[in-house]
Amino acid sequence: MGESQQHAAPVPHAFGYLTQPEVRFLDAAVARLIPADELGPGAKEADVTYFIDQQLCSPWGTLSRAYRMGPWPVGTPQQGFQCPLTPQEIYREAIRETNAYCNKQHGKVFSFLTGEQQDALLRELEAGRIELQSLDAKVFFETLLKNTMEGFFSDPIHGGNRDKIGWRLIGFPGVASASYVDHAEEHNVPYQVEPVSILDIQQQRAEVDAQGYPKHVVLHRKA
Amino acid sequence: MTAIKLKPVDAVVVGVGVAGSIICKELAAAGMRVVGIERGRMLESQNDFAMPYAHDELKFEGHRSDILQNLSRETLTFRNNMGETALPMRLHGSFKVGEVVGGTGVHWGGVSIRFLPWDFETYSRTVERYGKDALPEDCTSQDWGLSFDELEPYYDQFEYVYGIGGKAGNLNGVIQPGGNPFEGPRSRQYPNPPCGTPYSASMFKKAAESLGYHPYPTPTAGMTEAYTNPYRLMLGKCVNGGFCSNYGCAMDAKATPLTTVVPSLSKHDNFELRTLCNVIRVNKDSTGKRATGVTYIDARGREIEQPADIVILTSYAFNNARLLMLSGIGKPYDPVSNTGAVGKNYAYQVTSHVRLFFEDKEFNPFIGGPGLGASIDEFNGDNFDHTGLGFIGGAYINASAGGAPPIRVRPVPDGTPAWGSEWKKTVAHYYKRSFTMSAHGGCQSYRSHYLDLDPTYRDAYGLPLMRLTFDWHDNEKKMSDYVTRKAVEIAKLIGPSKISAHAVKGKYSIVPYQSTHNTGGAIMGADPSTSVVNKYLQSWDVSNVFVVGGSAFPQNSSNNPTCTIGALACWAADAIKEHYRKRPGPLV
Repeated sequence: MGESQQHAAPVPHAFGYLTQPEVRFLDAAVARLIPADELGPGAKEADVTYFIDQQLCSPWGTLSRAYRMGPWPVGTPQQGFQCPLTPQEIYREAIRETNAYCNKQHGKVFSFLTGEQQDALLRELEAGRIELQSLDAKVFFETLLKNTMEGFFSDPIHGGNRDKIGWRLIGFPGVASASYVDHAEEHNVPYQVEPVSILDIQQQRAEVDAQGYPKHVVLHRKA
Repeated sequence: MTAIKLKPVDAVVVGVGVAGSIICKELAAAGMRVVGIERGRMLESQNDFAMPYAHDELKFEGHRSDILQNLSRETLTFRNNMGETALPMRLHGSFKVGEVVGGTGVHWGGVSIRFLPWDFETYSRTVERYGKDALPEDCTSQDWGLSFDELEPYYDQFEYVYGIGGKAGNLNGVIQPGGNPFEGPRSRQYPNPPCGTPYSASMFKKAAESLGYHPYPTPTAGMTEAYTNPYRLMLGKCVNGGFCSNYGCAMDAKATPLTTVVPSLSKHDNFELRTLCNVIRVNKDSTGKRATGVTYIDARGREIEQPADIVILTSYAFNNARLLMLSGIGKPYDPVSNTGAVGKNYAYQVTSHVRLFFEDKEFNPFIGGPGLGASIDEFNGDNFDHTGLGFIGGAYINASAGGAPPIRVRPVPDGTPAWGSEWKKTVAHYYKRSFTMSAHGGCQSYRSHYLDLDPTYRDAYGLPLMRLTFDWHDNEKKMSDYVTRKAVEIAKLIGPSKISAHAVKGKYSIVPYQSTHNTGGAIMGADPSTSVVNKYLQSWDVSNVFVVGGSAFPQNSSNNPTCTIGALACWAADAIKEHYRKRPGPLV
C-alpha cells in the first residue's frame, strides 16, 4: 500500500488492474451498496471503483501479508478466511462468473440490469445462494462490501472518498486537530468542521500547526 | 547450514515489547551485558508515525498494517475443539499481535488497570467462599503463587515508567472517594492526574451513581499532563486525537515501549538491540538442564547462535509457549491425561458491547483518548456475591471515548440493513449520536483450552505453527449474559432511543476483532507439575530460562493485561538482578 500512497495526484481512473468491463460491473455494484440519493452522492461518485483498483494493485491485492500455505480444506465459519484465491483473483473470477450468471438469467450482464434486479442479485450473492464455480459467493460479496465501505470512508489519498463524500455524510473531521482536547468534555456541542484529509495537507489545501495537526475550520456551532 | 557463533553475553532477551524492553533496560542499567533480539523492525515515531500519515485509518487496518505480525511468515492454527482439524489464521481478526520493536505495546489501546487481588488467588478464594463445587468441573484455573501485595511495588514501578493517569481508590488500605474502591491497596497515587469525563462518560457516571455504583476514571496510558519518566524520557500531553488503539501516537503522548523505554537503551554500551532477527530455539547443554543461549535467523537469512548465561523469553504469549515447545523445555500439556504444563491454560477475555443510540444528542465520537472515560468495578472478579449465579468471575463495565475512525467504528441499531439507502440514512444519523459501553470480562482456564504444535502447517522456517484449541465455556457465557444485563440496566437509565446489546454466546470465532488479550501457555504457579515457571517467572526445568509475559497468567483477569505484563517484567528483572545473579540456580 505504501507505493500507491506516494503517487502525487494520480491521473483519475488510470486503472492498474481492473478491465473496463470489470469497472462497469463494480461501478454498478457499489452504486447499489451505497447509492446516490437525497442524502447526497454514493460510492460510485466517491470513486470507490478506483479505490478498489488501487487496492488490488497494492500488496493487499495479492495478500502479501497473509498466510498462504496449504492444505486448504473447507473450515468452519469460526476458522475464518480459507479461500486460496487472492483478492485480484477473487474479483476477476467472481465478476466473470456473476456476469455469466446474469447473462443466463436475464440475457444481460450485471451492469445492464435494472436497479431492482441488481439489488436482488447482490442479496443472492450475500446469502451465498448463487453457486459460483471458483469460490463461495459470500466470500466475494463480503470482500466487495468491505472494500466499498473502506473506499467510502478511507482517506482520499487512497483514491476513494472523493471530495470527502463519505466523511461529510457522517460528520467525521478526518485528520484530527490538536484542539480536540479543548472539546473533549463538552456536552452535546456538535463539533462541525470542514473535514481535512491527508491529501488536503499534502496539496497544501489545509493549514497545519507546528506538530503537523490541521487547524480545523468551523462550519457552524450551536451557541 | 553451520551457525555463526557469537561471543557469549550475560543475558539474551527474546522479544523487545512491553516486557522485553523493561527487562533489557533494568538488566543493562545493572551492568549486565544484554542482547535484545526482536523479529520485527525498528520504529521511530518521527518516521513511522509522522503527521498526517499517522491518521491514515486504512494504512493501520488489520489486513494492511505493517506494524502487525506478518502472517505470511508465521501464524497459528485454530479450532474450537479437539475433534476438529485446526486451520491457519490466514488474516488478522480476533486479535492483532504486533511485530516491531515495542511489539503489541506500540498499537495498544492504553487502558492500564491493575488486576484484582482475587485474580491472583482465583482458585483458593473461590473454594473458600463458595466451596469446591462452585468451580466448573473442567476448570483448571489456579493460584499464581504470587500475591497482589507482592507485585504491588512493581505495579507502581511500571505505572511510573508509563506515566499512567488515574485516581487511586485504595491508598494503603484507605478507600479514596472518586477512585475504584475495589482495587487492591496501592502504595501511592498514580503519577499523572486522571483523564477527563467526556459527555458519554458523564451520562454513564450519573446513571451508575444513581444505582449505587462507584464509577471512577479509567486509568490511561495517554498522558494527561506532559510527563518525564524515571528513565528520563519525555512524553507529550494527549490531545485526544482519537487515533490510539491500532496506531502509533504522533504526539508521543501514548506510553509504549517506544516512548518510555527503548530510546533510553541506547545510552548503555553493554546493551545491543538486534532487529529483524527471529529466534527459532533456545539451546541446551547435554544435561538438558541448562540453556546455553539461543539460535536465530537474521535479516540476511543467516543462522546465528548467541550464547548467554541467562535466556529470557519476553515475546507474545503464543510465541513464548511455542519457543519452549520447539526447544524441548518443560513437558508439553496433554489435555487427555491432564499432565504436562507447556501450552496449558490458554484463556481469552470475554467482552460484550452495549450500544446506545440517541435522536437529539451528539457525542463527537472522533474525539478520544486511550481509555478516556469511566468504569465501574461492582461486577468484576468476585466483587459481588456469586451465590446461586452458576458462574465465577465477572467484568468491568465502562463507557470510553476511544476515537471513531469510520472504517472500523460506525454503529447502527440492530435490524439496520448492511447496505443500501436505508443503511446510509441510518449511519448518517447515528454516527455522531451514539456511544458504546463495554462489559470487559475475564476468562477462566479449562482442560480443553490449550496450545500445542500443529501437525500439518509450518512457518517460513519450516517449523510447526502453534495450534490453538479454544471455545467459549458455559461459565463465561453465563457471566457475559449477567454482566451485559447489568450494563443494559445502566444504559436504560441513561435513556437512549435504542439499545443494542450482545452478550457473548455461541462459538468463539477467530474472525471479528475482540481483543489482543491472549494469555497462558507458560503459566506460573507454586507446583512444578501444574505450572511452567515459578513465581519469579523462572523455568522449573531449566533454571537459567525465564519466561515473562501474558503467557504466565494462569487464567485471564477482566482487566487489560498490559499493566500486569509490565509489572511482571519489573518483578522478574528484580529477581534476576537481586537474587539470581548472586546465586544462580532455582530461586524456589
